[in-house]
Amino acid sequence: MNRTHLKTMIRMLSSVPVVPRVSIIGAGAAGFYAAMHLSKNVANIQIDLLEKLPVPFGLIRYGVAPDHPEVKNVINQFTKVAQHPNVNFYGNVTLGKDVSLNQLRQHYDAVLLCYGADEDKALGIENEDAQNIIAARNFVGWYNGFPNDKDLKVDLSGHTMAILGQGNVALDVARILLSPIDELKKTDITEHALEIISESKVKEIYLIGRRGPLQVAFTIKELRELLKLKNCKTLWREQDFKGVSEIVGNLGRPRKRLTELMLKSLQEQNQEGFIADQGLKYFKPIFFRSPIKFLISDKKLSGIKLSCNKLVGDTFDDQRCVPNGEVEELDCSLALRSIGYKSIPVDKELIFTSYGTIANNKGIIIDNSCHSTDLGKLYVAGWLGTGPIGVILHTMGNAFQVAKVMCEDLKILNNSKPKGGFEEIRKIVTEKHNLIVDWHGWEKINRYEIEQGKMKGKPREKICTIQEMLEVAFR
Amino acid sequence: MSLKSIFRTVSNSRSYLLRYKSLGASFSNYRSIVPLSTNIPNLKEEKVKLTFVLYDGKRIETEAKVGDTLLDVVVNNNLNIEGYGACEGTLTCSTCHVILKQEDFDRLPEEASDEERDMLDLAYGLTDTSRLGCQITMTKDLDGLEVQVPETINDARS
Ligand SMILES: Cc1cc2nc3c(=O)[nH]c(=O)nc-3n(C[C@H](O)[C@H](O)[C@H](O)COP(=O)(O)OP(=O)(O)OC[C@H]3O[C@@H](n4cnc5c(N)ncnc54)[C@H](O)[C@@H]3O)c2cc1C
Ligand code: FES
Repeated sequence: MNRTHLKTMIRMLSSVPVVPRVSIIGAGAAGFYAAMHLSKNVANIQIDLLEKLPVPFGLIRYGVAPDHPEVKNVINQFTKVAQHPNVNFYGNVTLGKDVSLNQLRQHYDAVLLCYGADEDKALGIENEDAQNIIAARNFVGWYNGFPNDKDLKVDLSGHTMAILGQGNVALDVARILLSPIDELKKTDITEHALEIISESKVKEIYLIGRRGPLQVAFTIKELRELLKLKNCKTLWREQDFKGVSEIVGNLGRPRKRLTELMLKSLQEQNQEGFIADQGLKYFKPIFFRSPIKFLISDKKLSGIKLSCNKLVGDTFDDQRCVPNGEVEELDCSLALRSIGYKSIPVDKELIFTSYGTIANNKGIIIDNSCHSTDLGKLYVAGWLGTGPIGVILHTMGNAFQVAKVMCEDLKILNNSKPKGGFEEIRKIVTEKHNLIVDWHGWEKINRYEIEQGKMKGKPREKICTIQEMLEVAFR
Repeated sequence: MSLKSIFRTVSNSRSYLLRYKSLGASFSNYRSIVPLSTNIPNLKEEKVKLTFVLYDGKRIETEAKVGDTLLDVVVNNNLNIEGYGACEGTLTCSTCHVILKQEDFDRLPEEASDEERDMLDLAYGLTDTSRLGCQITMTKDLDGLEVQVPETINDARS
C-alpha cells in the first residue's frame, strides 16, 4: 500500500461522519411526515422541528373536529417520530419573531418550511366586520382550544344561521352545532364551547354555495355522517338538482358516489314529505348563491343578501358561476365564513404566489436571490406549498415527496463547513426568551390535559392559554 | 405460550376493542369486529403467506396470522411501509390503500362497505380492485395473497 492510500485511509477512519442538519419549521402533519421520511432514510441526520406553539401537531390538534378522535390517532405515529434519537422538538419558537429565515439557513444544511395556512380568506363584501359574522376557522379554534380563539364571542341565541362555503370545514362546523349535546360531552371539545353550545337555540343551518351540487368541495364521508345525525333532517332544494341525474352516470367514481348520495337523500325527502317537528334541527344546503352584502340591524347581523348564479363553461369541473341578475335575502342572525385559507409570509425573503402559497418546484423553493452557497437550501411542504386543500392523506403524500427530494440533495451534501444547528439557534432565541419547550415539556402538558379531562369524563381538557402551557411544561 | 406472544395477543385484542368502541356506534355494518370472535380460539396461530409489493417494485414477503387484517400484519411484523395505517384501522385515513389482483379481489369473503368506499374515494391511484388494508382479514384461503401498495402522491401534480 502506498503512502497516499494509507493517508486517505487514516483520514477516512478518523474523520467524523457527516451530520446533515435539517430544521423543519412547523410541527403539523407535513412537518412530522417529512421528519418520518428523513429520519428513516438519511444516516446520521439531525432533525430539529421548530414550532410556534408550545404544543405540537398543528391542525391535527386544532383543526380536526373533537367528535373525530379516530382521525387524531395519527398522533401516535408522530409521537414515535419525535422520540427518534435523531429528531428534536423545540416548541414556542416562532419563525419571523424569535429567529429569522436567514439565521436558520446559516446554521442548517437544509430548512423545510411547513408552517401551514393560518389566515382565513375574506369575502370582501359590505358589513363583513359586523357582529355575529365569524370566520369558521376561528370558530373551529374556539371549540378546539386554540389560544388565540378562546375568547371569541359566539352568539347562538338565534334560530337560523348560515355557513358560507361548502367544504369539509363547513360540514364539521355544521355537525358540531347540530349534534346532540350528549355526544359532544364525551369529546375533548373545550369546556367554554360546550357551555355555550349546550345553550344553543340554533335550529336551522343553511350551507350556502356559489356553484352547484356537482362542484361541492366536501367529501362523501362527511356528508354521510351529517345525513345520519340523530334528530336532524337534511333538506335540499329540488330546483338545485335540475339536470344532475342525467349527468351523474358520466362522473368519475368519487364525484359520482357523492352526487348519488345527495340525489338519494333528496329522493327520500320527497317521499317522506315535510313534517314539522319541534324536536328536530334542520340542515339546509343551498346552491348557486353568492353573498353580496350582510344586512345589519342594531349593529348585528340580520340577514344576507345573495346573488343568484348560473354556471357557464363546458365541463362541470371548470364551470364558473356568474350572477343571473336576481337577488334574494336570507334571514339569519349568525354567519360563519368558510371559503378557504391562505398562508402568510412570515419572512420578507419568501416569494409568494397569487394563491397564497410559497412558489416552489416539487418542494424546492424558488429563490431568486443570489445567496452565498453557504446558506442551507430551502424547501416547503404541506399546505404552505400545496395550498390549503386536501386531507391528511394528501399532506402526507406531499411531505414524503418533498422529503425524498431533500434526501437526494443531502446525499451529495458538501459538508466541509459543518453547521451549528440548534445550539446556535438557541443562542439567538434566548436573546428573546428562554422558554423553549422540548418534547419532555409537551409530555407534561399532555399528561396534565388528560388528567384534567378525566375529572370531567372527557378524553382531554385542553389548556387554552400559552401562559398556562408554559407553566405546566416548566413545572 | 411465550411472554411475547401473550403480549401480542393482548395488544391485538386491545386494538380490536378500540376499533369496536370508536366505530360500533356509527357504522352498523362494521366488519372488522368479526375477528374479535374468531381471534380467540385462534391462539394456535395459523399462519399464511402474504406479500406487499411497494410502488417502487420492492417486495415485502411476510407471514400473517389467520384472522389478522393486513393492517395488523404491517403493525405486528413492523413492516416498513411508510405512513401506513395512520388512523389505526378506524376507517378515517385511507393510508392503508392496497390494490389487489382481480381474482383475489373477487374471492375476498366480504365486499367493501359504503364507509370503506367513502374513504377509498379519497385515495390517489384508486382502481376497481382497490381496498383498504385495515378491512381485509386474512383467511386460510388467502394464503399467498399478493397486494400492491400504491404511491401516495398525486401523479397529475408531480
Ligand atoms: C378545520 C379543519 C379540519 C380538518 N379536519 C381534517 C380531518 O378530519 N381529516 C383529515 O384528514 N384532514 C383534516 N384537515 C386537513 C389537515 O388538517 C391538513 O391536511 C394538515 O393538517 C395540513 O398540515 P400542515 O402541516 O401543512 O399544516 P398545519 O397542520 O397547520 O401545521 C402548521 C404548523 O406550523 C406552525 N406554525 C405556524 N406559523 C409558524 C411560525 N411562524 N413558526 C413556527 N411554526 C409555525 C403551526 O402552529 C402548526 O403547528 C382539516 C383541516 C382544517 C382546517
Ligand atoms: S388504517 Fe385508516 S383507513 Fe385503514
